[in-house]
Order: sequence, then structure tokens, then C-alpha cells
Amino acid sequence: MKTGAKILIEGLQREGVETIFGYPGGVVLPIYDELYNSSLRHILVRHEQAAAHAADGFARASGRVGVCLATSGPGACNLVTGIATAYMDSVSIVALTGQVPTSLLGNDAFQESDITGITLPITKHNYLVKRTEELGHVIREAFYISRTGRPGPVLIDLPKDVSTKEIEYEYPESEQVNLRGYQPTYRGHTRQIDKAIEMMMEAERPLLYVGGGVISSNASAELVSLAEMMGIPVTTTLMGIGAIPCDHPLNLGMLGMHGTRYANYAVTESDLLIAIGVRFDDRVTGKLDTFASQARIIHVDIDPAEIGKNKRVDVPIVGDSKAVLQEMRERIQKRKEYERWLSRIRTWKEKFPMKYPRDGVLRPQFVIEQLSELLAGEGIIVSEVGQNQMWTAQYYCFRHPRTWITSGGLGTMGYGFPAAMGAHFARPDQVVFDIAGDGSFQMNIQELGTVSHYQIPVKVAILNNRFLGMVRQWQELFYDRRYSYTELPAVDFVKIANAYGIDGMRVEDTNDVRPALQAAIETDGPFILDFRVEREENVFPMVPAGAAINEMIGGLNE
Amino acid sequence: MKPHTLSVLVENKPGVLSRVTGLFSRRGFNIESLAVGTCEEPEMSRITIVCIGDDAQIEQVMKQLNKLIDVIKVSDITENDRVERELALIKVTAEPGSSRAEIMQIASIFRAQIIDVGSRTVVLSVTGDTEKIDALEKLLRQYGVKELVRTGKIAILRGTKTVKSAK
Ligand SMILES: Cc1ncc(C[n+]2csc(CCOP(=O)(O)OP(=O)(O)O)c2C)c(N)n1
Repeated sequence: MKTGAKILIEGLQREGVETIFGYPGGVVLPIYDELYNSSLRHILVRHEQAAAHAADGFARASGRVGVCLATSGPGACNLVTGIATAYMDSVSIVALTGQVPTSLLGNDAFQESDITGITLPITKHNYLVKRTEELGHVIREAFYISRTGRPGPVLIDLPKDVSTKEIEYEYPESEQVNLRGYQPTYRGHTRQIDKAIEMMMEAERPLLYVGGGVISSNASAELVSLAEMMGIPVTTTLMGIGAIPCDHPLNLGMLGMHGTRYANYAVTESDLLIAIGVRFDDRVTGKLDTFASQARIIHVDIDPAEIGKNKRVDVPIVGDSKAVLQEMRERIQKRKEYERWLSRIRTWKEKFPMKYPRDGVLRPQFVIEQLSELLAGEGIIVSEVGQNQMWTAQYYCFRHPRTWITSGGLGTMGYGFPAAMGAHFARPDQVVFDIAGDGSFQMNIQELGTVSHYQIPVKVAILNNRFLGMVRQWQELFYDRRYSYTELPAVDFVKIANAYGIDGMRVEDTNDVRPALQAAIETDGPFILDFRVEREENVFPMVPAGAAINEMIGGLNE
Repeated sequence: MKPHTLSVLVENKPGVLSRVTGLFSRRGFNIESLAVGTCEEPEMSRITIVCIGDDAQIEQVMKQLNKLIDVIKVSDITENDRVERELALIKVTAEPGSSRAEIMQIASIFRAQIIDVGSRTVVLSVTGDTEKIDALEKLLRQYGVKELVRTGKIAILRGTKTVKSAK
């Protein structure tokens, strides 16, 4: 006989889970009791939101399913931002929540909240398990749904009596999950792929526009191989960074609101946009009717609902990026030269390079560049949200997929620090940095407790401008410098870190940047760096909201 | 922009209706009418949804519906040869005397049934397409419609064609 709690823990282990992130409470006591002598590692976070983000960071860094656990009511509700973050970026996590006993469901019982109702719009699927007998099957299904097709979060709500009830149960060795309502398409339609290839042959100015779908389907090698074979330049979304090495001659960097001038010009002048694993998000397209308005569009995505959602597409291909890219490559018979196009792009690159003043002032971009040089593009870089995120995307040279971890779709401040903890458990061999703003860091600063407790060697580089920088930038540019509630008083982050038993360093001078970063890297445990950067630095280039993406401010070579 | 009739086959599981309707409200799609019930397959239900939108919107609705794990099949049967029915129950003021006789007459023209007769009211039951029920309601209004209850539309394809899961 096994309790539901035992079936749960066994199920997780059968799914290959080694580490979960969680926080206990009344209705999950039976589960915690089962964890007490289990080989499953549980990391006690300091706030459930962090458990969800840590599971998410784990998933993004590893390509596996991340797991978090919370109690009912407040615990479950605290997961919500984390689940929504994972949903927007298509990250596979399984969130486990306790629930009041089935006999009390719907009674406004103590710490009851309808978490399946609450998370309906932010999960790929969710379950309220009403019978212990269903549990094993639900776990199987949940992991399957989360990691296949377009990945996403799945929540399992477990009433207390479901966890305590004992039944005869063996977790099935290899139960085939067969859901008649869920059959993702992996292979692209061959005729559509041939049509796409034909278009590449007809095009004069083709451009690959790739996003998070290429990262999550592990299709980087296939992408680079296709790009090189055809000599087609590549621009990536924020989520697609790392799909092609930053210094690859065909890489144009990021496009969109804070993209490079050359990427945005290339999109605007392109006559064939090959969109792979992207969703034409408004932060990418700017004004939609002017986005790639000269181009025919090929769109590859595993989610049919993304194709044609925002922009009319000429060749839709539903399928997994990796499989489709592979097949494209295999079916291409001729090569074509796009030399004039590439030379035009080279001219833009030379004319409008990404740069910032090098005048001895401690600027955030400099800090990121130094870190990039020191780690030589290795390590895992997580960011918070705001200017820190955009500068990292612009100035860190990423060379591998799954080494850049950021909240793109939801833009969740406070994501980075806990996600960095999760990334560490996914890749313990890697140095993990959270590039933070002082505002964002304070949104989950309590996790200093967790990294200290487990000596999780996460390094935090706070680009401390004592502003909610990105909002301040908008106020400066569009609200006449009326800094309404965006100034933050100075915080001594090193002292706070010290209080948790964590080492840290404040840096105020450019000359100290490199040694400080070096010290952080060489420290075995966690480390906090408080960079007192230029306060009113802006992220450029920038496409103002609602403008066409070739109408950028800044980034001109004056 | 015109009404589309969608036939949606779903798993007969708790919460499935709120998944479907939640999707409509969340994504800003309007439901004109909705009818749900069990169907020929024991573990499935069929939902008939009428919604209004342009072709791109309807395509997006269908794709989003298809993404729901519990949705097995979505078909837009607007362009198909089909029969549609709604049911309405109408409580009409009918004082004994001439108006009552007139109401009975109207009912029989519309093949509506009188299913309850009270001292001052009668209840009519009528099935048909939307236009027929609208027309009947309009006619009855002069006598005083005290209450009107209407189901959503249900629809089925004519002939041998069916809306089924591809199993
Ligand atoms: C949870 C949350 N609240 C509010 C916002 C809106 N927002 C976007 S960027 C930003 C400022 C971020 O400030 P900070 O973390 O200091 O980073 P900086 O921009 O200065 O690098 C705010 C408030 C958000 N993205 N997330």
C-alpha cells in the first residue's frame, strides 16, 4: 500500500526529477513527510514565486522539466507570477500545489483558493486530482504535456486527502501517453518546405528571424548549418539569443525595440523573411504594417495558432524547428549567392556598430562587456528585467544556446535571481551570473537566504543606478523628464549580503570592474557585486512604441 | 464579419466548459450562443458555438480551441449543408377570452406546443432556427411576453457526413 504522497514522489523520480524547489504548509505536510527520507532533493526557497522561477531557470538551462511545490491558498497564489512567466516564454515546468481536502472543496475552507481556475489562462493544462487512483497517470500526463509540442507549465492541484489515502499502486513502467486531443505536429509538410526553398532561390534579400522556439527545440546547430550553407544572415529575438554565436559573421544580433540598427534595417529591406520559432511579438515588430513590408514570409512554428496570428504568412510550416530545419537542409539542392545583400548589411554593420561612450565613467554596458570577456562567452547569464536585461542582450557575447536566460514575454522583475539558482542545479559545472537592476533585485532579494543556506554559487552583478531605470528612461524621453516614483534610495547591498553570510563588493570605478568580477568568479559560493553605475544611462538604439522598427532613436555613429 | 457555427468535440471532463468559454473571453472573442451536451461517444461532449468574427478571427479561435488538451476536434460548419435548431420556452400573458384563442392560433402556425396553461398565462414551446423563433417572439410581444428562455443553437450536418474525432 502506498499513500498518494509516496506515489507522487515516486512518480517525480520516474520522470527523472532530481531537484525540486518548494515551500511547505499545512496541506502539503504529507508530501513533505514523504520528502523527509526521499533521495529527491528539495530546495527550500524563501518565497514560492522563487520556487516557480527556479524551476523555470532549471528548465531553460537544461531543456528538462523543472518542478516546484507549494501549499494551498497563499502558497499556490505566490506561484502565479512564476507560472505566468513560464507560460509566456513556453517553458516546461510542473507546478505542484496542495489543496484543501476534497470534502471541503468549494467551501471557502481555510487556505483554499481555486488555483486551477486561477491558472487556467496561464497553464498549458492543469489538473485537480480528486482520487488517489488517478494520481500516477496524471503525473505521467503532466510531464508529457509540459515537455512536448510547444512546451509550457502544467499545474497539478493535490487535495490533502488524495495525498494521504493509501492504495495499491505500481507506477507503470512505460505507459504510453495517448491523448486524442493533443497530437503535436513535429514534421513539417514536405510540399511546404519545398515551397520555402523555392522562395529562398527566388529571393535577393533573405533574412532568418529566429526566436525561442529554436532554443527550446535544440535546433541551433541546424539553424547555423542552414544559414551557412545558404549564406543567409540571421537576426534573433530576445529569446533566440544564443541560437547562433554572437560573433558569427552572419549574425545581426537582436531585432526589435532595442535591436541593432542593422538588424532592423535588414528586416525592413528584406524580400524574404524566414521566421522560425518566433511569434511576431509587438516588441519585435513595432508598427505591424511596416514590419518586413517588402518581404514574403515563411513561418515555421510548432504551434499552429502562432502562424498568421499577427502577420499574414505566405508559407506556413507547422512543425518542430529542428526537424524542419534539418529537412530544409536536406532538400536544398542548389546554392544561391546573396552577395549584394550581404555587402549591404556589412556596410550597415560598419556604419552603425553597437557602442557607448568610453570616457572613464562607470557605465553598465562596460560591466557587461568586461564579464563577457572574462567568461569568454561561457557561463550562464540570467537577467532581471529593464535596462539591465537589454544591455546584457546587446553587449554580452553569447556563444551557446541555453546560456541566456531571461523573462521575455512577461518581463518579470525579480525573475533573474531565483532563475539563476535553478540554472545552477541544471548546470552545476557552469558559472552562473544574474545581471540585475537594483529595483528587480529587491523583488526577490529574500532568496539571499536560499543561496546562503545551500551555498548556491550564484553571482549577482547589480547595475545599481538607484532608479527603476527602464521606466525612468521612458519618462526622460516621453514624459519630459518627470521622474514620477522611479527614484530609489541607495541600498547597501553588500551589507545585506553580509547579513546573510554572503560576500560582496561595491564597485565605483571602471578600473575595479574586472578585478571585482574576477573575485566573484573565483569565489566558491554566492557573491554579490554592487556596481554604482552612471545613473541616467539609456538603452539605445530604441524604437519608440508604435513606430516602425527602422525609425530608431540613438545608436547613430556620431 | 458574420456568424460562424463551430462544432466542438471535447472530453467529457470537469472544467472543460470553463476552459472553452474562458478562452473566448480572454482572447476577446464573442460568443453569440453556446449549447453543450453529451453525444454518441460516451466520454465526449459536443459543444455548438455560434460566434461572430472575420475569417482571421475565426481561424484564430479555432486554432486556440484546438490547443486545449481536452478539445478533440473543432469544425467550422458554417459553409456546410446542415440543419440547425434552437428551442425556446415562452410564457405569454393570455387572459381567458379572445387573446388566448389568438395565441393558440399563432402557436399552431409556428408548430409550437402549448405546454402549460395557467389562469392568466400560457407557456409555448417552439423549436426551429433562429429566425423562426425571433419571428414568433415578435408576434407574441403584443400579448405580453412575461418570460423567455432560449437554448443555444445546435447543428448537425446533413447526409452521411459527421463531425467526429479522427481516431
Ligand atoms: C514585477 C514587475 N513590476 C513592474 C514592472 C515594470 N518595469 C519594467 S522595467 C522596470 C524598472 C526596472 O528597474 P531595475 O530593476 O532597477 O532595472 P534597470 O532598468 O534600472 O536596469 C519596471 C518597474 C515589471 N517589468 N515587472
